[in-house]
Amino acid sequence: MTGLGPAELVAGAILAALTAYVLLGGADFGGGVWDLLAFGPRKRQQRALIAEAIGPIWEANHVWLIIVVVLLFTCFPSVFARLAITLHIPLALMLIGIVLRGSAFSFRSHYGPGHGEETGPGARTSAHWGRVFASASVGTPVLLGICAGAVAAGALRAPGASGSGGFVATFVAPWLTPFGLSVGLLTLVLFAFLAAVYLTVEARDPALREDFRRRALVAAGVVFLVAFGALGLSLREVPPVGRGLTTGPGAVALHVSTGAAALAAIAALWWRRFRLARLAAAAQVTLIVWGWALAQYPYLVPPDLTIRDAAAPRITLVLILWALVAGGLVLFPSLVYLLRVFKREHAGP
Amino acid sequence: MPDLLAARSQMAMSLGFHIIFAMVGIGMPLLMVMAERRWQRTGDRVYLELAHRWGKGTAILFAVGAVSGTVLSFELGLLWPTFMEHAGPIIGMPFSLEGFAFFTEAVFLGVYLYGWERISRRAHLAAGWAVAVSGMLSALFVVIANAWMNAPTGFRWVDGRAVDIDPIAAMMTAAAPTQVVHMILAAYASTGLVVAGIHAGGLLRQPRNGFHRRALAVALLVGAPAAVLQPLVGDQSARFVARSQPVKLAALEAHFPTQRGAPLHIGGWPDEAAGETRWAIEIPYGLSLLAFEDPHAEVKGLLDFPRGDWPPVAIVHLAFQVMVALGSFMALVSLVALWQMWRRRDLTRHRWLLRALVLTAPMGFICTEAGWVVTEVGRQPWIIQGVMRTAQAVTPMPGLVVPFLVFTALYVGLGLVVAWLLYQQVARSPKVAEEDAA
Repeated sequence: MTGLGPAELVAGAILAALTAYVLLGGADFGGGVWDLLAFGPRKRQQRALIAEAIGPIWEANHVWLIIVVVLLFTCFPSVFARLAITLHIPLALMLIGIVLRGSAFSFRSHYGPGHGEETGPGARTSAHWGRVFASASVGTPVLLGICAGAVAAGALRAPGASGSGGFVATFVAPWLTPFGLSVGLLTLVLFAFLAAVYLTVEARDPALREDFRRRALVAAGVVFLVAFGALGLSLREVPPVGRGLTTGPGAVALHVSTGAAALAAIAALWWRRFRLARLAAAAQVTLIVWGWALAQYPYLVPPDLTIRDAAAPRITLVLILWALVAGGLVLFPSLVYLLRVFKREHAGP
Repeated sequence: MPDLLAARSQMAMSLGFHIIFAMVGIGMPLLMVMAERRWQRTGDRVYLELAHRWGKGTAILFAVGAVSGTVLSFELGLLWPTFMEHAGPIIGMPFSLEGFAFFTEAVFLGVYLYGWERISRRAHLAAGWAVAVSGMLSALFVVIANAWMNAPTGFRWVDGRAVDIDPIAAMMTAAAPTQVVHMILAAYASTGLVVAGIHAGGLLRQPRNGFHRRALAVALLVGAPAAVLQPLVGDQSARFVARSQPVKLAALEAHFPTQRGAPLHIGGWPDEAAGETRWAIEIPYGLSLLAFEDPHAEVKGLLDFPRGDWPPVAIVHLAFQVMVALGSFMALVSLVALWQMWRRRDLTRHRWLLRALVLTAPMGFICTEAGWVVTEVGRQPWIIQGVMRTAQAVTPMPGLVVPFLVFTALYVGLGLVVAWLLYQQVARSPKVAEEDAA
């Protein structure tokens, strides 16, 4: 287990892509949550800001998930097969959410009000698509979290290996647990928290900014509650993760950093240092994802599939690493350009 | 419904749905940048309006393509985990490269759609080109992966698993060149001709509307050359199949007994039980000539292969006939239209040509679906030709009819919505008097 080989590097790349998906794609889902929960005198402006923030970038942000999937099936094929078999149901439901969220958002953006009609049948249809977009934005992160929870809980054994091969035992029980649901909920509130914090930076109207500041502060509180709930359930239900999370190597330092980032985000929001809050919130969520990864290292799917055991032949790993470098040379300048074009000028204080 | 059939149906339905949006994601960006370029060169604002409208159409079609493509990347595992477990390390490379191409396409489509007021004209047009090129590259990489399933290389299969894996050799599969070119041309031909057909219809109703006139000209420039070249590439592809997948060739030609100087069957119904094809028009020596450039060449028939290795002959043969018939018609109409354009004739004077273009509008997509059936159903019962059977690859999860029905309902609904939105957009085409245009 010593030293970093190509397998560990690819696993690290998968973790990086997953982190990017959570920070960027996750916030787009969070935007949908606030679209659903829009209320108050500036309800319409809230929705407009969310649509404006997500519009140009959600598809690019979504591709991180595809990168994760592709790297997984190329470099850790047995892991991909295991997840696809045992998590068939939540993954299929998540895909329905992904399809509905993306299409409904696109239908509303390109054929809704602001494109010639403010009232009448067009506006009604558009409100309808808005509801589909928003509901799918709530359901999808929960399902993603449930899948992550099932992996963390070490519940995804090879089908038929556990002896009792019933349908429920193999295809439902591993993920439909209180711990799994708590991770689903945690994912949802984290995404909503990220979105609210990002939107404080993107809002130009001070009143609108205050709306999202309050939402971000409430979400931060809910994150604390749900996170401790999930941790408690993990101690009770899934000993291996609980141990890794509380006593594993570097775990304490990581937890202290996560807590510090969380407090920094709240403090920055409180004193209206929105750019700092965005940085702290992103750091907090990143550390949570990395904490999970560290807790189950060297396992990709506990209790039996480790990075080394599940890795594809070395030649595939090495070629993929080169492909990642080459792809990154095209991708990162493009992404920076995208964000510079759309996220620069209306940055807040 | 047996699980294997449900899984195959779900995969076929998902691919059949996605392929339309993927093709439009390759073809439409080219239309939109060509219109924008004409606007920048001539200052004619009708072209700008066209670029805007085509961009808007591209936006929703690309979004549906992106999410349905995501579904497919998961379905590879949800339905065929054993396939992916073995094929992933061999053929994951082009999928990864496709991921980056798709990323680039998504980034620059965002820049293109939302950046009209934010970046310079040149940067905007360049973003459009980046979308068009990366869309084409996505197709290149994905079709390479599919070609490998037809002509697998880059590994040795020993005791039920792959050894000596060489992902680069796998990408160099001999099936790739013709299959890739055939697919990319299909995207340009289908997209170009469907748009051409829509505006030809507009011109039949309003012959003086300069909006439709300009749209038709740009669409034909994208669609018609591709449609003319397509039969030539298709012919190359069939010849390759004749050598690498003789069972598939026999099935698509409904060719039962092995024969020297084999005839070409046009139409007809293959009777699998009797081992013969009835009611077909036979062109003597046609098949030997087309497949092997020699009228007396021996063409292996289905009867020379074990029954268990046959694909469903009737489906494959029928799909092949549909593809060839409609594809030939598209090529013919395109050739005439190009000839008229070359001679600088006013296409709107030829109402018969406009009617023919309306008729060809949906044909590209029908052809592509048929062609996809030929290559995918024609490979059955194998998921990796000669190496792994589809039945060995399917997930152990029972009750697969449920996801099949759910995703079918989802896609049917989505397809209807997209069709309705695009219909609304076309119905609101502006009227541009000829005088302004000139």
